[in-house]
Amino acid sequence: MSALPYVWAGVLVFAVYAYVVMDGFDLGIGILFPRYAPGPSRDLAMNAIAPVWDGNETWLVLGGGGLMAAFPLAYAIILPAVYAPVVAMLLALTCRGVAFEFRWRNPRHRRYWDLAFFAGSTLAAFAQGAVLGAILQGIAVEGRHYAGGTWDWLSPFSALCGASLVAGYAWLGACWLVMKTEGALQAQARRQALALGAATLVCILAVSLATPFLGQRYYARWFAWPNVVFAAQVPLLLVIASALFFFLLRRGHERAPFLIALGVFALCFTGLGISVYPDLVPGAISIEAAAAPPASQGFVLAGAAVLIPIILGYTGWAYWIFRGKVGREGYH
Amino acid sequence: MPADPTALDLARLQFAFTISFHFILPAFSIGLASYLAVLEGLWLVTRRAVYLAIFDYWLRIFALVFAMGVVSGIVMSYQFGTNWAVFSDKTGAVVGPLMAYEVMTAFFLEAGFLGVMLFGRTRVGPRLHFAATLAVALGTFVSAFWILSANSWMQTPAGYGVNEAGQFVPLDWRAIVFNASFPYRLVHTVLAAYLTTALAVGATAAWHLRRAARDPAARVMFAMALAMVAVTAPLQILAGDLHGLNTLVHQPAKVMAMEGHFQSHPDGAPLYLFGWPDEAAQRVRWPLAIPNASSLILKHDAYAPLAGLDTIPREEWPNVPLVFWSFRVMVGLGTLMLALGATALVQALRKRLFVSRALQRFAIGMGPAGFVAVIAGWVTTEAGRQPYTVYGLLRTADSASPIDAATVTGSVVAFAIVYLVVFTAGLGYALKLMARPVNPRGATWPIPGPIRSAGITPASGVGHAPAPGEAR
Repeated sequence: MSALPYVWAGVLVFAVYAYVVMDGFDLGIGILFPRYAPGPSRDLAMNAIAPVWDGNETWLVLGGGGLMAAFPLAYAIILPAVYAPVVAMLLALTCRGVAFEFRWRNPRHRRYWDLAFFAGSTLAAFAQGAVLGAILQGIAVEGRHYAGGTWDWLSPFSALCGASLVAGYAWLGACWLVMKTEGALQAQARRQALALGAATLVCILAVSLATPFLGQRYYARWFAWPNVVFAAQVPLLLVIASALFFFLLRRGHERAPFLIALGVFALCFTGLGISVYPDLVPGAISIEAAAAPPASQGFVLAGAAVLIPIILGYTGWAYWIFRGKVGREGYH
Repeated sequence: MPADPTALDLARLQFAFTISFHFILPAFSIGLASYLAVLEGLWLVTRRAVYLAIFDYWLRIFALVFAMGVVSGIVMSYQFGTNWAVFSDKTGAVVGPLMAYEVMTAFFLEAGFLGVMLFGRTRVGPRLHFAATLAVALGTFVSAFWILSANSWMQTPAGYGVNEAGQFVPLDWRAIVFNASFPYRLVHTVLAAYLTTALAVGATAAWHLRRAARDPAARVMFAMALAMVAVTAPLQILAGDLHGLNTLVHQPAKVMAMEGHFQSHPDGAPLYLFGWPDEAAQRVRWPLAIPNASSLILKHDAYAPLAGLDTIPREEWPNVPLVFWSFRVMVGLGTLMLALGATALVQALRKRLFVSRALQRFAIGMGPAGFVAVIAGWVTTEAGRQPYTVYGLLRTADSASPIDAATVTGSVVAFAIVYLVVFTAGLGYALKLMARPVNPRGATWPIPGPIRSAGITPASGVGHAPAPGEAR
């Protein structure tokens, strides 16, 4: 047994996590956009993400490209299975991505592009959640093909996952604005972060309670002895993180709430990992079965080992350049 | 599991539609990024304000084009899976790594430094800002390198084996990346991007020269753009010729379709300038032909024999009229580009470069020519590869996802509506930006806007660089 497929699964989990937390907060600002007053508030909210959204979204391309390169079989089965939500996500990302530029081009068109920014961000978040839900609830596979229908992905569970991700991204967006703005907009973002933090935790609870009963092997992974000893750490840490979040947010901390929110997402990822490992398509295709030959995985991994740290380095530098509050003079 | 024929045609339609919209944008942003790097470099060396003013002018257009290119590019990276699942399963181990390298070496580089390039001039020094511009320009080129390598592998596959699951597996990465058609396609495509940009910049400059003949920025742009056309157009014709000779060796059916050669010509083949290829009758109707010229071009011998489509089984033919005509559109426009460059050279020698009205009209008319030629060339090479996705090895009909026609119809309609709205708006905004003259003071001129009143607003980079948050 080669370790390569598992290393690659780790790389992809990292890429998807990087995507979720980075594009998560800028999609979240899109979701919250109509709540901000037209004019300076919206402009500030937009400017808080304008220099970085494009790099954030690149992690999604790495997720797709990496999955195709390292696990072509999983890529070829999952994407037809979630055809509708993926197409919806792509079109939604198109509308909200161009809105960053287009809304400044003609003041008379601005409200339409603001609407596109909101609707696109919300639909993209919902679709991503629904894709996750569809994968968790299981995909019909026959040989090397997806064997289900167009609407198999749609279920109360996948809709719940979609709604949960909308809430979670909006929460990240509000926390980002708490960190990046001040005054009235920050106060508004702080109120939103409180409410959305609570909403997100309710969603996490709902998804967690529903997952073990999806008919896959999830129940045993979480509740069978001795798994339960390790698995129980995840909800335990989640409770601690949540308590810390509300405490620090109320105490007026600006950075800690965002960082804790990232931690909560990391715990959710760990939970997903516990549920799914060692499968890529739960119950159907394992990490090893889907793996591209070592000559492919090794070729890309050699590059990734050098390039991803470099990417993280200059991405961090770009964030550093735009550090601090949006719209405050002379802070640097 | 072959997909049903209607679903297959719809998936092909969707791919052609989305990639055509997408391809226009990198063709422009590759050239524009290099142009911006040259302008900023010239400004750093000479400190002439006009270069910075032109830089700021095109930077805003670049931001617009780049955003559209990014979002339409994400579509491509997922569409392989949604609509071409069998292709993805079979070729993912070969093509996937090339695309993964594109993401890691190019997309992140562009995206990471784009923010600094667009909004960071007040936050980093001029040299560091120039480094960011160079990084973005390099990223656009590296992106072309990888994606054209992947595409070329589909045209001239090499360095692979096939495993028991029917998947292509890599045996020799050097042979895969540097496959037979790749160097030609890379040079031809990157030159096309430069030409496209030069023509668009030249047309914009000509437009402003017609209104203000002494506008110094318009003069600089016009001279730079037409010099680029004069140099690049003949190089591009040479590169295209070499690319064609390479195709003759590796994909003869494509060249037969380009030439309209249904019959073999043992004593030298004619060059059809125009005509209508009739696939059913297997001949070119209403031909306007130069005897033996095709053999002369392709074999450098007027009497050399050239095989025709009669040597190829009918089910292996590409769509002959499509390939024949898209090729002629590309070559015709290329010839006009050569003429524009030559005219500009003559007028420059006569010291009439900036005053010749005819040249200005010619340049304005040629503004969109690069985009049209790029699409026509792409259609020639992609339609000419049919009926295969991986030439000679994997048929298009065997590449599609098991998705029913109704579902693909839904996505085709959705893509058509969203793309038409979004890209029509984007084109309108780009033209509006190009219709404004270059401000000689660059972006430091006062711009009304809600954020501007706050003075220097760091994240928006107001001050020198255009901020995202302003009515420009």
